[in-house]
Amino acid sequence: MPLLEIQNLTVEFPTISGLFRAVDGVSLTCDTGEILSIVGESGSGKSVSMLALMGLLPSNARITADRMAFDGKDLLSLSARQRRTVIGKDMAMIFQEPMSSLNPCFTVGYQLGETLRLHMGLNRAERRTRSIELLKFVGIPAPEDRLGNYPHQMSGGMSQRVMIAMALACNPKLLIADEPTTALDVTIQAQILELLVRLQRENGMALVLITHDMGVVAETAERVQVQYAGQKVEEQPVSGLFRDPHHPYTAALLASLPERAVIGERLPSIPGVVPGQHDRPEGCLFSPRCTFATDLCRREVHEQGPDFGRALCNYPLRIGIPMGHPTLSVALAGEDA
Amino acid sequence: MLRFIFGRLLVLIPTFIGVSIIAFAFIRMLPGDPVMLMSGERVMAPERHAQIMAELGLDRPMYIQYFDYLVGLLQGDFGKSIISKRSVLTDFLTLFPATVELSFCAIVLAVALGIPAGVLAAVKRGTWLDQTIMGTALIGYSMPIFWWGLLLIIFFSGYLGWTPVSGRISLMYFFKPVTGFMLIDSLLSGQPGAFKSAVTYLILPTIVLATIPLAVIARQTRSAMLEVLGEDYVRTARSKGLSPFRVVGLHALRNAMIPVITTIGLQVGVLLAGAILTESIFSWPGIGKWMVDSVFKRDYAVVQGGLLLIAAVIMIVNLVVDVLYGLVNPRIRR
Ligand SMILES: Nc1ncnc2c1ncn2[C@@H]1O[C@H](COP(=O)(O)OP(=O)(O)OP(=O)(O)O)[C@@H](O)[C@H]1O
Ligand code: SF4
Ligand SMILES: [Mg+2]
Repeated sequence: MPLLEIQNLTVEFPTISGLFRAVDGVSLTCDTGEILSIVGESGSGKSVSMLALMGLLPSNARITADRMAFDGKDLLSLSARQRRTVIGKDMAMIFQEPMSSLNPCFTVGYQLGETLRLHMGLNRAERRTRSIELLKFVGIPAPEDRLGNYPHQMSGGMSQRVMIAMALACNPKLLIADEPTTALDVTIQAQILELLVRLQRENGMALVLITHDMGVVAETAERVQVQYAGQKVEEQPVSGLFRDPHHPYTAALLASLPERAVIGERLPSIPGVVPGQHDRPEGCLFSPRCTFATDLCRREVHEQGPDFGRALCNYPLRIGIPMGHPTLSVALAGEDA
Repeated sequence: MLRFIFGRLLVLIPTFIGVSIIAFAFIRMLPGDPVMLMSGERVMAPERHAQIMAELGLDRPMYIQYFDYLVGLLQGDFGKSIISKRSVLTDFLTLFPATVELSFCAIVLAVALGIPAGVLAAVKRGTWLDQTIMGTALIGYSMPIFWWGLLLIIFFSGYLGWTPVSGRISLMYFFKPVTGFMLIDSLLSGQPGAFKSAVTYLILPTIVLATIPLAVIARQTRSAMLEVLGEDYVRTARSKGLSPFRVVGLHALRNAMIPVITTIGLQVGVLLAGAILTESIFSWPGIGKWMVDSVFKRDYAVVQGGLLLIAAVIMIVNLVVDVLYGLVNPRIRR
């Protein structure tokens, strides 16, 4: 049984113009010692799905799932109180904006110690020792001096290290990192990613890394799951995904990577935008932006089997060729002959 | 921190001079003069009137009178009442504890009810509870104090007979003031029932005086909380598995208190203004009633000296609030 298993998670928000489906039938598994990456453009429901897992969405969010299990516990049947014994302890999360994620009114030492007291029942002296150890662990120099610092006295990279130390305080089995480097300088980004990967190895925990940066995926993750407009459109091991993406959206994302662009040519980007609440198409949500879209795609879409990375596409790609496409694959096959 | 306080004290000097001019001019702009009002119904001969005015030095040009007053102030002399001849400062110090006692109880009541009410309204935003709390606050805020005081007197004192109408303690009890605070003195006196009596006299004026600050604090707390509850660090606090009570009551409230403390500080000025009306309604022998009485008697010296002392109190309180503000908000701490 995997450490984390989510089946068919849907999250809806009531808005003045009706329900908005931010996450639409997403499934996901992650094992101990594994790095799973979730990628997708802004607004594809990456954060919302993980916040739903943590129980951190506002109370007006409607969350449904066939199954949501962590470490042998069925999260759907846990009371709020029981869930609070899990989050922050066995399942921890860090966020995109480290600077605003720390409470400006409390010292680093206090904010670190709070978790240690709540979940591990450490006394004052033990908390101090453990806090220093944690800060050292995440590469903060002179940790003793940092304990008395307030968040405004620290840089973004330093704040994110403190957030990571806080998340790791109780040796969690799963760490969810929601775009942990987006708000940081490029050099700091690399350091933080390196740190996360190192900690994941040393602690043997599972890491879910949310990002919209394919470059980050390539450097860190083992498995990737691509999300588009609230739906999971493909999942593959990293190497397979980069070698042979099966969903046209994944292919387009990869094509827009700088390293892949041919020198002298303009960087390809995907035309169009992610559909919002009001322009959600019938059938395949990617159809307005997809070069391979047919009438069938605009009516309905089918999920493929594991051979095609469970791509949510009627004509999944194999080495760039849309399989079973009425016009294109025939033409391409014809060219070959 | 000391430099900060010292700097703030320096800024107070021009404010102080401004207040002294306004207080000096304001009371002289009212029609009539102390001698005329002292003579009451009897009509006084103009010569006699002029003679007394001259004896009091009130016939001299305004700027000389003001200069005189200023020189006195610089020597720490707030003047003598024209009518009773008692020192303004002594009277102020005698009456001030009564006002402090009333204002303190009022602000404690306003904070003790206003902050939880605002927090509750913010947490239950949009529900009937939120609407009830904010509706009540709006009514409280727009209530004319005088009318509200009379309403309470009619109901609790007149109809139910639960509380006395005026004064600080029942005439049954008599003891020498030690601190000037009736709640404390009544306890010190050791007379059975004295404390209870003092409390019953204090309840209605406290409620009346607390009403507006209570409404303001509740509204300010609610809006500060709403802002803070959407912050990332509140989500972080919840992600640690902390109880909702701790998340709201500690992580969010601590941040929301920063603007609320400023509001509370500003309410002290409002409170002293409110005390003037409230003390008059309940014949509460504090500086509010003293000021009103002195204005009616055109006791120039008392009004100008008293207003200055009140202004000084407000300025000191604001300074204390600024220091407190620095203590809750680490970003401006040095
Ligand atoms: N509390 C909420 N109420 C209403 N809509 C919300 C709420 N939270 C998120 N959404 C919407 O849900 C959608 C998905 O948001 P989400 O934050 O999961 O995107 P994301 O994939 O994490 O994007 P990003 O890369 O920008 O972080 C967005 O359109 C967002 O506007
Ligand atoms: S289903 Fe059709 S429109 Fe959607 S991604 Fe596949 S080919 Fe494109
Ligand atoms: Mg996000």
